[in-house]
Amino acid sequence: MSKRPLRIVIAKAGLDGHDRGAKVIARALRDAGMEVIYTGLFQSPEQIVRTAIQEDADGIGLSILSGAHMTLFPLVVDQLKAQDGDIVFFGGGTIPPEDAAALKKAGVRAIFTPGAPLAEIVDFVERECGRRRELVG
Amino acid sequence: MPLGRFATTYQAGPLARRAAITESGHEPLQIQTSDELLREFYARKPRALARAISWAEGGRASELIRTLYPQTGRAMTVGLTGPPGVGKSTLSSAFVRKARALGKSVGVVSVDPTSPFSHGALLGDRIRLTEHFTDEGVFIRSMASRGHLGGVAGATADAVLLMDAFGLDVVLVETVGVGQSEIEVASLAHTTLVALQPGSGDSIQVLKAGIMEIADVFVVNKADHPMANQLRREIRSMMEMLSFPGWVPELVMTQALTGEGVDALWAAVERHVAYLNATGEIDERRREAFLHQVRQLALGRLERRLDGVLQHEPVAGIDPYAGADRVLATFGAPDAVEADAEPPSRPRAVVKGLT
Ligand SMILES: Nc1nc2c(ncn2[C@@H]2O[C@H](COP(=O)(O)OP(=O)(O)O)[C@@H](O)[C@H]2O)c(=O)[nH]1
Ligand SMILES: [Mg+2]
Repeated sequence: MSKRPLRIVIAKAGLDGHDRGAKVIARALRDAGMEVIYTGLFQSPEQIVRTAIQEDADGIGLSILSGAHMTLFPLVVDQLKAQDGDIVFFGGGTIPPEDAAALKKAGVRAIFTPGAPLAEIVDFVERECGRRRELVG
Repeated sequence: MPLGRFATTYQAGPLARRAAITESGHEPLQIQTSDELLREFYARKPRALARAISWAEGGRASELIRTLYPQTGRAMTVGLTGPPGVGKSTLSSAFVRKARALGKSVGVVSVDPTSPFSHGALLGDRIRLTEHFTDEGVFIRSMASRGHLGGVAGATADAVLLMDAFGLDVVLVETVGVGQSEIEVASLAHTTLVALQPGSGDSIQVLKAGIMEIADVFVVNKADHPMANQLRREIRSMMEMLSFPGWVPELVMTQALTGEGVDALWAAVERHVAYLNATGEIDERRREAFLHQVRQLALGRLERRLDGVLQHEPVAGIDPYAGADRVLATFGAPDAVEADAEPPSRPRAVVKGLT
């Protein structure tokens, strides 16, 4: 039997209203054969994680452009732990390299800054979320 | 009401397997067996319901459904169909709000099409449902149709059963309204809502697609639209051409964005459910839903078998009828019952003057 499609939640947190980047990534993942659940603007960490659990998502991609990444990303990691979520969490936005390094240490699997090639993001998601698919079936 | 209808104690099954710790430090939920999943399901963990639906989507839920089936049949099931953009998701959100106000837990399944090119899908119905994301009494699942033709994903029927068994009081299924395919939703839900869009020529579509036959309640959404009353009149006059042996569809005007008319919509659904119960038609609906799913499952298996046979059977050089005979012969099943078998159907609307 062929592999099931990967399921990815693409979310936009915080108070900035720009979701173009998130939408572009959502389309790219869809075109790579994934089922992308798009949740719209202004999601709280709790909303995002509950969504991902109900959707049995393999991954969560969170876009933040407002500069609140150092608070919001760790909150999502905490929510994932609190709700037993075994979900690959990655992010994107205008995030300085030193912040990105700190976030990775805190449990964000990858950070993509504007200009990251879409192919790189798709590869990452296929590889990392694909690993989860192997584990959970 | 919290999602706590089950106080069932469930003990069978091996110990849950411990899975490898991932790089980021948390432990994947490695549910491998039905027993493991059932234990979490009975403990009312949302992730167990989520995983169960994934199993159904992957065609792996037969054992699970077998176990849980006796616990189904309690939820109020509502199907919602209509053209894209009419406001189905917004209406779902308002409907959920109403159900929650009455203390009922709710499951929502919303189905969007899979891209025939990439086999991927963009599932965006949740955008309209955000207010319910942190409500413990609401479980929302987006589904891609994965090539299933009926406007509802192949696993939708399973998702409805699973949500029902999980103890959700109301299960709402939103489907893409394209062509005639959404008619399938009528066989999964006890009550079917057909939402129509003012000023779009929808009413003509209604007759063409035979939706008249499946609507238990017509919803004219966007009642704030200048053409809304005209659409209402058109639906009324179309209904006058028909006679309804049983339930006569109701018509409700709503503004999903403000929630206006949603109380009336809820009341109409309740009247329909009361009608089904009072007349005993509910049993017929259940039977229909059951037979429909049996048919779908059996067809799926037959199709896979057929594809397998076609790959190996030397059918070249003979005419197509002989080819079909030969292929079917390998099934070993005589086609004796074929002749006068017709799919079961019970007309809900009949054109007046025709009997
Ligand atoms: N004017 C008006 N717009 C509405 C109403 N209900 C929904 N909409 C809008 O219609 C658009 C499509 O809604 P959506 O729920 O996504 O439709 P769906 O594709 O049928 O699920 C959105 O922009 C909604 O805000 C309504 O009652 N009045
Ligand atoms: Mg929708």
